[in-house]
Amino acid sequence: MEPLGYGHISAERLDATFAALADPTRRAILARLASGQASVTQLTEPFAISQAAVSKHLKVLERAGLISRGRDAQRRPRRLEVKPLAEATGWLERYRRFWEGSFQQLDVVLDELKATQNKRGRTAQDKKRRPRKRR
Amino acid sequence: MRDTGKHTETLQVATPSDREIAMTRVFDAPRRLVFDAWTKPELLRRWLGVRAGWTMVVCEVDLKVGGAYRYVWRGPGGDMGMGGVFREIVRPERIVSTEVFDDPWYEGEAVDTLVMVERDGKTTVTTTVRYASQQVRDAVIASGMSTGVAQSYDVLSELLAKGG
Repeated sequence: MEPLGYGHISAERLDATFAALADPTRRAILARLASGQASVTQLTEPFAISQAAVSKHLKVLERAGLISRGRDAQRRPRRLEVKPLAEATGWLERYRRFWEGSFQQLDVVLDELKATQNKRGRTAQDKKRRPRKRR
Repeated sequence: MRDTGKHTETLQVATPSDREIAMTRVFDAPRRLVFDAWTKPELLRRWLGVRAGWTMVVCEVDLKVGGAYRYVWRGPGGDMGMGGVFREIVRPERIVSTEVFDDPWYEGEAVDTLVMVERDGKTTVTTTVRYASQQVRDAVIASGMSTGVAQSYDVLSELLAKGG
């Protein structure tokens, strides 16, 4: 297993993220915000709970750094903050793992190509002006 | 920072703008070979997305402007396919193409830019994916979240185990 190559996640930060993600309503709010920012009113609509209850959830998410407030003073739309979420879900880490794995295979392929090319280079020199065969 | 030490080359993942995700990696081979490995199906099949349990079952590349490419992988969870169209090709240094997944989890079309720079026999490859909007880019990054929290918890515990 490769070590984490990016950033440093403190245990405290992970605890906050973990606690915030533990609640289904908060997860639903995050999923909603993943498709764009929304006001508290908009966020309350899909749930059978009061706006005050939603505000409480939003506070937890905000403390965990998972969301922030937009500039619009009237609506104060909430936005998803990608970084802590990405750290927590490890999306970038999975992305990285996909490409790390691929690129390690590519290193092997390239070594082979280089070896083949060197061999061909020598053969071509031996046989002088003979045109090199194309694959 | 350019580091040409002997250790294994590392992959850098960055977000250069609010609509993009970029990856940079150095390969110990001349650019022409890296370009071949990136564009010839018989070579691509051997490395792209090939990991434990995953193989590439379809790999078609029509390398010309307006030409299409298509990749399908088969893994434990089933098949995953994607494809797109080449918009710009400068051999052997630059390819711009569109990117669409069969089962898309983001809206709109993403545009991939592949840039290869050779220096002292080594090639630095940067691939940048540009999404339709910041919301889409953020949603892509957050997709691990919306597609399943159980999965996220697995990854979290992995992180915790590794990070201490």
